[in-house]
Order: sequence, then C-alpha cells, then structure tokens
Amino acid sequence: MKFKISTTAGAFALTLSGLLSNPALAQTEIQWWHAMGGALGEWVNDLAKEFNASQKEYKVMPIFKGSYDEAMTAAVAAYRAGNAPHILQVFEVGTATMMASKGAIQPVADIMKAAGVKFDPAAYVPAVAGYYTAPNGAMLSFPFNSSTTVFHYNKDAFKAAGLDPEKPPKTWPEVQQAAAKLKAAGHACPFTTSWASWTQLESFSTWHNTEFATKANGMDGIDARLTFNSPLHVKHIENLANMAKKGEFVYKGRGNAADAVFVSGECAMMTGSSGLYGNIKRNAKFASGISTLPYYADVQGAPQNTVIGGASLWVMSGKKAEEYKGVAQFFAFLSTPEQAAKSHQRTGYLPLTLASFELTEKSGFYKENPGTDVAVTQMIRKTTDKSRGIRLGNFVQIRTIIDEELEPVWSGKVAPKAALDTAVKRGNEQLERFQKANSR
Amino acid sequence: MEKKVRFNSNWLPWLLITPQMLVVLVFFFWPAGRAIYQSVLNQDAFGTSTEFVGLENFTRLFSDPTYIQSFQTTAVFSLLVAVCGLTLALLLAVMADRVMRGAGIYKTLLIWPYAVASAVAGVVWLFMFASPMGVVAYGLRALGLDWNHLLDPTDAMALIVMAAVWKQISYNFLFFLAGLQSIPRSLIEAAAIDGASPWYRFRTIVFPLLSPTTFFLLVINVVYAFFDTFAIIDAATHGGPGKSTSILVYKVYYDGFKAMDLGGSAAQSVILMAIVVALTVIQFKFVERRVQY
Repeated sequence: MKFKISTTAGAFALTLSGLLSNPALAQTEIQWWHAMGGALGEWVNDLAKEFNASQKEYKVMPIFKGSYDEAMTAAVAAYRAGNAPHILQVFEVGTATMMASKGAIQPVADIMKAAGVKFDPAAYVPAVAGYYTAPNGAMLSFPFNSSTTVFHYNKDAFKAAGLDPEKPPKTWPEVQQAAAKLKAAGHACPFTTSWASWTQLESFSTWHNTEFATKANGMDGIDARLTFNSPLHVKHIENLANMAKKGEFVYKGRGNAADAVFVSGECAMMTGSSGLYGNIKRNAKFASGISTLPYYADVQGAPQNTVIGGASLWVMSGKKAEEYKGVAQFFAFLSTPEQAAKSHQRTGYLPLTLASFELTEKSGFYKENPGTDVAVTQMIRKTTDKSRGIRLGNFVQIRTIIDEELEPVWSGKVAPKAALDTAVKRGNEQLERFQKANSR
Repeated sequence: MEKKVRFNSNWLPWLLITPQMLVVLVFFFWPAGRAIYQSVLNQDAFGTSTEFVGLENFTRLFSDPTYIQSFQTTAVFSLLVAVCGLTLALLLAVMADRVMRGAGIYKTLLIWPYAVASAVAGVVWLFMFASPMGVVAYGLRALGLDWNHLLDPTDAMALIVMAAVWKQISYNFLFFLAGLQSIPRSLIEAAAIDGASPWYRFRTIVFPLLSPTTFFLLVINVVYAFFDTFAIIDAATHGGPGKSTSILVYKVYYDGFKAMDLGGSAAQSVILMAIVVALTVIQFKFVERRVQY
C-alpha cells in the first residue's frame, strides 16, 4: 500500500472512505498522471469514469499534473522517491528517454500478456503504434493521443483576398502564391507555423520520404545522426526565409505560440497540429478549413506520410501484479472500437485502431465534419523506413536547438544552409551523448 | 566603563545557534552538497542507471561555445537589472519620502508587484509587448518603431530586463524608503539652512548615509538576477531569439527540468554557485570599503 500514502490527501481520503464503507469489495486503485487540461482534461476524466462504472474491481484515478514536461518531471521525482504512478502520459519527444529508462517502465505488450487480456498489435494504426514499438516488435507504450501536422487556413481571409476558399494550396509554391495574394490584399500575416521543427523539418522529411536522421530516423538504433541539412531541406528553409523577408511568412514564436494567432484570425494560413481542430471549432469567429501538409511536387515519393505528435501512456515498474491487471483492463477498454471512435471524434486526435477509423467513417462523421479526415488519411498509409517515425534521444534539446538556429534565419541574419549545418552539428552532439550514456 | 557579560558555558552558545545552523544545513548545505555530488554523475532521467563520470559534465560545458556565450548574456542582463532596478527604486523612494498626503496608498501600490509570481510577471510584460496586439507594441508602432522581441535580440533583452526590474522594484523600494526614513531630519534641515540645494543635499548627505542599504541591495539584486529570473525568461522569451536571452540559470532550469539532464544541470548550478560566491566576496572586499555604516 506504499503508493497510497504518497497520493494527494483527497485521493487518500477517497480510498479510505471506499475501504471503510465497503470492506468486502476493496477496489484496486490505479493512478494515472496526465497532462490534459481544459476540454481534454474533461475527456480524460470521462474515460476514467466510464471505465470505473463498467466494472467493480479496479478504479482508475486520473490526476492532472500540468504540462507534458511538468508531468514528466513530477513522475521522475516520484519514481526516485518510490511513489511513481501506475500510468504516466509522456509526449512523443520523450519516447526515447522512456525507452532508455528500462528499469523504470514495463512494456505494454508484457502487461497485456501477463494479464491474459486479448491484445493484437496489428489492430492499431501502424504509423501510430509503430512509433511506440521497440525494434524487436514489442509495443512499449500505449498510443493514447496522437496528432499529426496539417495545414489550417482561414476561408474568410481567402475569400477577401480573391482566393478560392474551397481550393487550399496543396504544394509549397502554391502556398507562396496564396501568401503573396493575401499580402497584396493587405493581410498582415499570410502564413505562420507552430512547432517549426516538427512541421517544417520532421514531418516535412517523412512527407517527402527523405531522411531526417540516419538509422531509419533513429527507429533502428541509438547511433543515428541528423541529416536535415540535405539540399531539399535547405531549399525549403530558403523558401520560407524568402517569404519571411517579404512579410508573407510571419514567425510567431516557439512551440504552439502560433495556434492562438491563427484562431484569433490574425494569421490566414498555418501549419500545425491536427489537434487544434477542436479549439478552432469552438473559438474561431471565421470559417476555416483543414488541408494536407504542403509538399514539393517535384520530389519523388512525395507525399508519403506525416509523423505523429501527441503522447502515449507508459506503465511504470514496481507495482503489484493485481494492479497491472487493472491497467491492462483499462487499456483494453480504451481500445474497443466504440470507445476509440468516440475519443477520436470528440478530440480530433487520430483514431487508435483501424476498426475505430472504419466505425467513424461508417457513421458519416467525416462527411459531416469536412477536414477531420485529413490527418487520418495522411497517416493511414504504408510507411517506409524513412517515414515510419522519428525517434531520437535528447529530442527535447534537439528541437530547442533547431528553434535557436532557425530564428536568426527568419530575421535574415543567418543563411539557411549555415543555420541547418550548425543545427545538425549541435544536434549530433546531443545524439552522441545519448548514445554514449545508453551503451555503457 | 564597559559592562561585560560573559557566559562561561561550553554548550549554551552551540545550543542557541543550533536552530539557525539546522536551517542552513538543511536548506543550503544539503542541497548544495547534493548538487556537487550529482554534477560528477551521469544518470538517466529516472535514476535507474548511475555512473561516475568525474569532471566530464564540466568539460562538456566548457567545450560548448553557446555556454561560454551565455556568460556574457548573463553579465549584461544582471548589470542592467541591478543598475536599472536600484536607480528606479531609489528615485521612487525619494519621491515617496516627500509625499505628504496619500503616502500610504502610494507606498502600498508600489509594493504590489512583489506579490506577483515571476512567471506571471513574464507573461504580463509579454502581453503588453506582443506584436501586434499588445498595448505597448501597438503604441510603439504608432510612433514608427517596429517592436519584435521574437526575432530582435535587443528587444528581447529589453523585455526581460523590464519584467525582472519591475518584479524586484518593490523590494528595493521598501529598503530604500526605510533607509531614507532613518536619516535624521535635523541633518537635512541643517544643510538646507546652510543653503545646500536639494541635489547637493542628496549627493553629500542622503546618498552616503544610504550606502549600507544600497550595498545590501546591490548584492541582493545581483543574486536575484542570477538565480530568480528563469521563470520570467521561460514565460517571455524561452531564451530566444537564438540564444540571446538564455542566461546561465535559465539553462540550468532548461537542462534539469525540460531536458532531464540532471548531471549537466547540476554541474551548471555548481558553476553558478561558484560565480555568485566569487561575486559576493568581491563585493564585500572592494565595494564595502566605500560603505559608511
């Protein structure tokens, strides 16, 4: 019962009262630390509530721990003190770190097997589940909420600039033309992007079936090295830098800072997460559309598929077998076609399983909500070694390095080629260190 | 004749000092010791594998040009924060000292920023300067100045200096005001009768008598700029554009809490600790000589 002592007073009191009032039916409690705030937090709570109501043995207790990195820091501290939660939500860039912490985690595949729960890895969307699968084929974490990169645009702004709101630009030259038209019509921010590294280099690479890093983008081993300074990458960043010079691309900051300026109507086009859909739907005061991530038509193999973002659920080690059984039951519950389809439609995150995608399609949801299928169709494709996903050690640092090196490019101070070369060099130092630390 | 009271006890002084020593041990020496210990280790995030690496974390830092550059950024930032913060607070305190009516309200209002959390201070200033919607950014644009702290390093530095100074101004103000009020009125009045102008009185009487306060605040402000400002930077600039606002303590925070590199982060805090100790020693050795108590 050690873990119970560590829980918040409220949770403890709840458990205590549960035990006292119903001693014969003591439930096994499962702690779930997550980073879903606002509407997504309600979704997480509803999932737990429904699971708890569906059976009597286990009780899943979701606890909001702040942002993704706050949740991870809290879990690290808790683990070191011996009070880790059972389930921890970790963002996709933390995947390699979690994989490397072998003693701290339990592979999901093992948990399911030990609990005797029916589990078929092939039922999950390959581009999603593949990311969280070890080179030996065992699923390590549960692909809970995955998003991908898409192109959002403001239909009203398109109309005002004389562009066809039903014909979003499909390629980067078309994006540039549309941006020029919007600029000419007096728009202050024709195009912007969230997560510059994720959208303009990572997803850009897989979308063009081009390596972001060697060793199948790090999926095949920790001795991967970065390759995003290829001629194609340089050409793309040069194009964006030229757009920035002309005021057609306006940089709005790191992370998802650009989301807010798109939703407010300040910027007319953006590349960002498909998970922004719910926010736009609720808060934007204009008609908006979703289209596929732009590409260069002259690149062979493009468009391939985009990479995922979002997070997965990791099971922490050192818990009782009975508790792991509950975790397995919960994951099985989340994977049922009905439940997974409901989650997909509610949040805009990618469908978890192929069955849930088919169910959603059959229900006519995509027809009623045009654009919601864009992310799915970008992902449900046969992946290649270059597009399966990007999984690198010290990825958090590498993304920051990319931000740091690209910012002087957007202000015209540094040439794109030089910036990408420096980013690759600095990023490779991070990879070398990760490799060294994990091969000892 | 001087009265001398002696306690000829071996244990009483130790007993009396124990609570204080315990606090210092638990809240300073223990964490500092842990930091030094951690700085020679290489650990994965969860601490499942630990390896002694000697000074590797330190050599790695000093072979990184961006880390060396961060020293310069920190020096510029700390100097600006300390100088601007002290000057403004002294100005406000001198003004407040002269106010007769409504002095209470005036002083209370000036103390408010101290109650604001650093991260919130960062966000508040970020909002005012966010282009093109922020109030100040909008005003600057009307004046023909294009403010863009997202891409212009000077603007970014100005933004975090303003936020950091604003956050600390109440503290400085309180001490200056207390210092001013402890200066005997008779001294100033005597000088006034002798025909000394207000500026002359300030320069020759008030400021020298304030020097212990100023010195104390200088030390506090430098420590503040070095250690307590990462939340402002995290909220306002994330150390960007490029690395132009990435001061040492922000990198400690980033590497430790975002990147989970505890060894590297601990090594940096050890370096930071050494710098602040050195700075404080210098301040006591050289600046304090000019202080008149």
